[in-house]
Amino acid sequence: MKKQRNKNEFLYFALRNVKLLIGFSVILLFLITGLVGPLLAGNEPFAYVNPLGPQPPSAEYWFGTTFFGQDVFSQFAHGLQATFLVGILGGGIGTIIGILIGFVAGYRGGIVDEILNVFTNIVLVIPTLAVLLIIAAYFEVRSIFSESLFIGITAWPWAARAIRAQTFSLRTRDFVDLARMSGMKPLKIIFQEIAPNMMSYLVMTFILQFGGAILNAATLDFIGLGPTNAISLGLMMQHAVNWGALQLGHWWWFIPPGLAITAIVGALYTMNVGLDEVFNPKLRET
Amino acid sequence: MTLQIENLTVYYRTLRGDVRALEDTTFQVADHEIMGLAGESGCGKTTLGHSLIILKPPMKYIKGHVALDEQELPIHDMKRMNPFRFKEISLIPQYAMNAMNPTRKIGKMTAELLGSRGVNFDAIRTELMRRLDLVNLPDSVLDMYPIELSGGMKQRMVMVLSTLLNPSLLIADEITSALDVSTQKAVAEMLVEFRNREFVNSMIVVTHDMSILYQIADSIMIMYAGQLAEKASTDVIIHSPRHPYTKLLISSLPEVGVRYTETKLQGIPGKTPLLLDPPVGCRFRDRCPISFEKCMEVPPFMEVEQDHYVACWREF
Amino acid sequence: MLKLDNVSKVYRIGTFGGKELHAVSNVSFDVQDGEVISLIGESGSGKSTIGKMILRLVSLSSGKIELDGVNISVAKGRALKEYYRYVQGVFQDPFSSYNPIFKADRVFDSIREEFYPQLDNQAWYHRVGSSLHAVGLNPEHVLNKFPHQLSGGQLQRFLIARALLLDIKFLVADEIISMLDASTRIDVLNLLAELKERGLSILFITHDLSLAYYISERAVILYKGCIAEMGVTEKVYENPMHPYTRMLMASVPRLDRKWEDVNIELKGQSSEVAKGCVYYDRCPLAAKDQECVKRRPPLLEVTPDHLVACWKL
Repeated sequence: MKKQRNKNEFLYFALRNVKLLIGFSVILLFLITGLVGPLLAGNEPFAYVNPLGPQPPSAEYWFGTTFFGQDVFSQFAHGLQATFLVGILGGGIGTIIGILIGFVAGYRGGIVDEILNVFTNIVLVIPTLAVLLIIAAYFEVRSIFSESLFIGITAWPWAARAIRAQTFSLRTRDFVDLARMSGMKPLKIIFQEIAPNMMSYLVMTFILQFGGAILNAATLDFIGLGPTNAISLGLMMQHAVNWGALQLGHWWWFIPPGLAITAIVGALYTMNVGLDEVFNPKLRET
Repeated sequence: MTLQIENLTVYYRTLRGDVRALEDTTFQVADHEIMGLAGESGCGKTTLGHSLIILKPPMKYIKGHVALDEQELPIHDMKRMNPFRFKEISLIPQYAMNAMNPTRKIGKMTAELLGSRGVNFDAIRTELMRRLDLVNLPDSVLDMYPIELSGGMKQRMVMVLSTLLNPSLLIADEITSALDVSTQKAVAEMLVEFRNREFVNSMIVVTHDMSILYQIADSIMIMYAGQLAEKASTDVIIHSPRHPYTKLLISSLPEVGVRYTETKLQGIPGKTPLLLDPPVGCRFRDRCPISFEKCMEVPPFMEVEQDHYVACWREF
Repeated sequence: MLKLDNVSKVYRIGTFGGKELHAVSNVSFDVQDGEVISLIGESGSGKSTIGKMILRLVSLSSGKIELDGVNISVAKGRALKEYYRYVQGVFQDPFSSYNPIFKADRVFDSIREEFYPQLDNQAWYHRVGSSLHAVGLNPEHVLNKFPHQLSGGQLQRFLIARALLLDIKFLVADEIISMLDASTRIDVLNLLAELKERGLSILFITHDLSLAYYISERAVILYKGCIAEMGVTEKVYENPMHPYTRMLMASVPRLDRKWEDVNIELKGQSSEVAKGCVYYDRCPLAAKDQECVKRRPPLLEVTPDHLVACWKL
């Protein structure tokens, strides 16, 4: 019953939270475009479809064509897919590592905590981008998967710290002591008693990691260290700039990917703020 | 009469409707009276205390009048109450000790507080020192941060602060509950001392601890589920109460010298009703051993003897 | 049955753990079968730490705790789990003892998973039912509910019922009624007395002198982690000998008499006395250059079953 009411209460506030609704709609819009777009525009984003070369948007090519006569909309739709994939994989990996380290450090405390803390802090102060550059430059053939992996394994420290702090405060609660006195093993306590109380927190961590991964990927792509065998929004921008789209005034080539990245990341952060308000009664606007 | 309250009704607004926390209360507090306000959690004692000074959402004013020294208090208007707060009527909240800004030195905080009420700190400085001395606090506390004070010291500091402008009425909300027995005694005795020295005219001491009230209060008022149950002088309430709730409550309190093997105390069966949808009539009806048909109506809070008020149909 | 032998707990605090905080110092006492012993102290007395050490939720810095002659202060894994079969605890805040997002029954379920995985549903429900009846709860009223749907008193009974599901011999009751309302708390206290009559030993941790008197045979008065006085409850209450106990008895608010005009020194918490008596700086009897400053007073038997730690006796 409480769960029912909790859910209802959650929905009640979720459906009334403008920030959450706007953020969610924007994400949903791009997600649908990424899923449905390739079906409409065909599966070959690199195909030279327009012999006339660069053309502004028209009824036939919604977003126009590139310098080489490739369909920008097709690239855009495929790029969106890649972007969401990087977000989910990179953000997911970052979140999972963060959760594991945060839980163990927070629950165990003591020396384990101190070691993990030092490790977290070291990873935290390493200039992430520089490392990503080196790793990316080292691999000759790069895929979206390897890119996500690199991003994920460098992005977790913030998540780990936040989750550690939360776990720390939860583990001193009496119900955790009671679970220990029921003979439950630490891992079971973490996942059955502590984690469920942090679900909202974990969701929000994932959203932040998701947005961060997309931004990181766009940066890598833009400086030419993105996937070598795929298209992404960042790569589109890189190509556009490389082939003088800025100077030649081919705005339809770089504006859609640039705008999409900004909008997606912005929408994710807005959603995060909205979710925070929904989960945290103190922030609810009355 | 210092304080006169008539038909005061205050609800709490929640998502699921109004919680009827304080229903139709009428009573007086006399000059120099220390009135203890007691009852179990959720009985409305804190709501009553707070509604006299900061009636803000989710609290909702429904009806009633409050007069302090024959002057009507605009309790339903947060802004118009401003000139009264701290000067005429003052509150020591339950967690007063944590109410102090941790980044300000106590002296600075005091000056700011006084400034906001248009009182010059320097003009009142000697009096402040005198009172600090009275509660055994060194003058140097003014140069300390709140964190440097122990719980008891903070509590005493807040007491001095909240009575510095000699308010007519002081409301002390559970101020001794979080303290150790030894500190508790000192703080409680200070309340009496403050009254005796006329720093405050009268006091409402809100607490769930009847034994503290027995030590310091002149009269005790018992509340149950948002209604007044009984008010009388301390000795009468403790030794010859008339409301069945008061009787059962007093008889359920263990004291030193009472052991279960000799005297087995009994609690009151049943639960306090939910005030979202309280029962009609006397709200103690369901748990009351002597309730009858008449209890379906709300009993009035009537004076059955000189200064002894009871809200029970069996007593009229 | 349960025996504490020179138990201490020292926390390292400050930057680099340079300072030591003695939460509990050399505490020894034992609890007999079917006995209620009260551990009385104010905040910072270490009473809850002792409870938590017995429950193995806090490790011991030195000393040992024995259950029926077996040292359990170092038990791990399976041995520790076996220990929990006999020793359980209930804490102060009934709401914090339940995971707020699950039904209250969950505390029973984890006992079943860990200790009785072999029981079938019917046998289990029978067991739960009789446990609930033993604590005066009607299973139909309390099962399948979320913690916030039950009252504080019901929740505390529920936790006692959880302990009764095991083969419990010893219960640590840490301030279990201090958050309950006056009209319901005494019934929980009576329940403890009833369980005691049936052979359960109880450590009743409290700051409330009258509750301790009501229920316990023996009382231990703690001050700053040290035992100030202990013994048969009547002796400690009627003839308090430690100046701290006397001060406590004089300042506890009572309903049968008003406070006497005893002046209580209101000095702030002072720095820790390294060697001498922990009550030294508040003690009206202590004098400088005496044993009080130099050495910690030993706990000595003054009359049979009445022990006091004070040099001034």
